Formats: sequence, structure tokens, C-alpha cells
Amino acid sequence: MRTWDWSYTGHVMPDLLRGLLVTVEATALGSLLAFALGLVWALAFRAPTRWVRWPVRAVVEFVRNTPLLVQLFFLFYVLPSAGLTFSPLATGVFGLGLHYSTYTAEVYRAGIDGVPPGQWEAATALSLPRRRVWIAVILPQAIRRVVPALGNYVIAMFKDTPMLAAITVLDMLKQAEEAGAESFRYTEPITVVGLLFVLIAYPTSLLMRALERRLGT
Amino acid sequence: MTTGLYELLLRGLWLTVQLTVFSAVLAAAVAFLAGLARLSRRWIVRFVAGVYVEFFRGTSALVLMFWLFFALPLLGWQLAALWAGTLALGLSYGAYGSEIVRGALRAVPPAQREAAIALSFTPAQRMLRVLLPQALPEMVPPFANLLVELLKGTALASVLGIGELAFSAQLVRLATGDSAQVYAIILVMYFVVAFVITRAMRLLERRAKASVGRAPGRSRGRPTRVPPGAIDPAVGATATVGGGTAGGGTAGGASPGTAAAGGTATGGDVA
Repeated sequence: MRTWDWSYTGHVMPDLLRGLLVTVEATALGSLLAFALGLVWALAFRAPTRWVRWPVRAVVEFVRNTPLLVQLFFLFYVLPSAGLTFSPLATGVFGLGLHYSTYTAEVYRAGIDGVPPGQWEAATALSLPRRRVWIAVILPQAIRRVVPALGNYVIAMFKDTPMLAAITVLDMLKQAEEAGAESFRYTEPITVVGLLFVLIAYPTSLLMRALERRLGT
Repeated sequence: MTTGLYELLLRGLWLTVQLTVFSAVLAAAVAFLAGLARLSRRWIVRFVAGVYVEFFRGTSALVLMFWLFFALPLLGWQLAALWAGTLALGLSYGAYGSEIVRGALRAVPPAQREAAIALSFTPAQRMLRVLLPQALPEMVPPFANLLVELLKGTALASVLGIGELAFSAQLVRLATGDSAQVYAIILVMYFVVAFVITRAMRLLERRAKASVGRAPGRSRGRPTRVPPGAIDPAVGATATVGGGTAGGGTAGGASPGTAAAGGTATGGDVA
């Protein structure tokens, strides 16, 4: 049994922190994509024609019920052969955003369903155009109450970004792996990565709980 | 793709199913243990369980898997890849599951617990015969979601070199060079397994609800509103607690009349 080596830990820290930056970047961009796409799906669920509703439903269910890792491989290997070449990070962000958009779609749907019917009726009574009903009446109320739920999915995404290491993105896990491969010491870098995840995710989840209490109806 | 390669994928699928079952069993055990511990009367038990849950919910399952596989051996233990994968999945999804167990137990009306105390049930009887049977049906739908998440999580085990579905797909991709085909096939395979899990759990939910005399789920559209009195006597009638005695107690939650009747009947029993 070997003991913990602090000087080695210090030595790998800069690389790990650089990896953390990539991890945070992927999470941030992925969340933006998931928020936007999720809203598109949620609105498509309410489309007037079933020719839109059903295919969107099917795609969303499929993406949600299959592993993100395999989806990432699919995007990583198949997109270039279709003539679309992106950086691994861009592919990863797209995969992450697409996967989580199927979760945020349900969150938005619940938020929209939660808007009291009186709001719809009032908007109709004022004969507001449909666009304005959504943008000025329904969505502001729907989104406000789902912010904590969306925040929880950001945390979940953050914890899933290590999967991007499998498609060669230099995130925290990949950096730890490379450091380990170089020195044959995996214990320190991987332990530090695991702890960093807890150190960031736990306070953020407390924040979301507090937000939930404040915004709670 | 040749038949040999299909066979490889099917063998991978079988290992994925095995991995899912093993880690689901472990996760369920951990979930109940930690979920009950978090409701314990002793603060130290609650605290330890809380640290476990927050830690494993806070870290990434993939990092945990790497840690169990690469870092643990250097501290003195070597785990086979399959067990490292099972342990990592079981422990992290068990932490999520413990929140489900805790939430469902806390959602049982407090009168049930009070009634069990009044009937001088031991704490174990109270949990096993009154609280858990009523909490279980509430746990099934969120557990179904968690099981699908667990199935998706097994793909992570491929990074440890476990020959499950995602790993077999890598091998096939290297053999044929046609990544679109093989990944499309295994995505469909995962989807089919997830679909089977969802359906099976829905069946389980109906049976669990029926066993405590509750309506078999919201079948379609919005849940129908049922007046409070209409359901509770049914719960009382079929609750499995000591024959008719708890029946009176349970119904008592709804209407004071039956509560009194049940109370006296039980009082005689206990004395």
C-alpha cells in the first residue's frame, strides 16, 4: 500500500484546474442549449397538429431513454462521416445539451400546465395575439416556477460532463487520466477530481433548495 | 455486419442486463438502508446517512467508477472490473433511491404512525406492517425512472473494459468501420430494454396500489378527483396489519366515527 503523496497532488493540481475550466464551460454551454431546445420541445408538445406532436414526442422519448455516452459516440463518429466536422468539445456540448433538453422539456411542460387557466382566459378576453400570449403572459409565469428544477438539471449535467472524456475532450477526468498514465499514480488525481465534484455540486444543490423555497408558491 | 458480430452485440446486451440487475439489487438495498437511517431517531445515524447520500449524489458516477477501479487498488484493494462497475452504480443510484424511500415514508399520513403507536406496535412492526406497505406504492413510479437511469448508467462501465453493450459496439465499430449502423442498433436495443422496464414497473405499480386498496393509478389524462372518504375505508379494509384491528385505525384517519369503533376494538385486542 502506498501513501498519499501531497507534492504529487500539488504537481497535478494546475492540470486538473484547467480541466475544471473545460468542465464548467461544457456545463454552461450545454445548459444554454438544453434550456433553449427544451423550450422548443415543450412548445411542440402543444402544437395544434399531431403531425408535429407525435414525431417530437417519439424523438424526445428515444433520446431520454438511451445512454448519453452512446449518443456522444454516435455524434462523435457519425457526424464527421456526414461531412460535419466539429471540435470534440462542440460535439460534447451538443450531445449534452440535446440529451438534457429532453428533461428540461418535461420541466417546461409542467410549468406551462401549472399556469392557472384564468391567465389563458384573460389573455383571450384581451384578444392578445398568440405570440404575445406566450411571450408576455404564459412563459414568464411558467419559467419562474421551474427555475429550481432547471437548476437541478444543470447540476446533473455538471456531473455527467466526465463522459466527454470518452470523446477526447480534455475535461477534469481526462486530465486526471493523463496525469495517471504518465506517473502510474491514479489515486491522487482521481480522488481530487471526485472531491472537486462534491465541493461544487453540493453547495449548488443547497442554493437550488433555497431558491425552491423562495420561489415556491 | 456478420452473424458473429450480431452475436457479440447480443452477448453485450446480456451483460448490460446482468449489470443492471446486480446494481439495481445493490441500489435497492442501499436505498432502503440509507432512507430508513435518515429518518432515525438518533442524530448520529441520520448524520452518517446524510453524509453518504450527499456525497454520492454530489459526485459523478463515472468518476466514482474510475476511483473504485484505479485508485482503490493502490490503497490496497483490487476489484474486478465488473464489481467495480456494480459497486459504483449501486452506491450512487442507491443514494438517489434513498431520497425516494425517505420521501415516500414521510408522505404517509402521520395519523398512521400515531395509530400504530397507540396500538403499541413495536418500532419494527410499525415500519414493516404499517408505514412501508403504504409507502411502497408511492415509491414505484420514481423507482421506475431511476431504473431507466441506471440502465443508461451501465454504459459507463464500458470505460472500465467491461464487455457490455457499449463496449461490444466499440469492437464492432472497429471491425466494420460503420459507426452509424452499429450505434443506431445499440441505441434501439437500449430503448427497447428501457421500454420493457417502464412497462413492467407500471404493472408493478398497479399491483402495489391494488394491494393497499388504492385506485390503480392515473390511467389516462388527469387524475380523477375522489372524495376523501371514498378511498380511505378501502385502505383500511385491505391493510395487511393484524386482521381487522388496523382496519379500524386506518379508516379512523378519514372519519371520526370509525376511528372510535376501531380504537375500542383494538383496545380490547391488545389488553
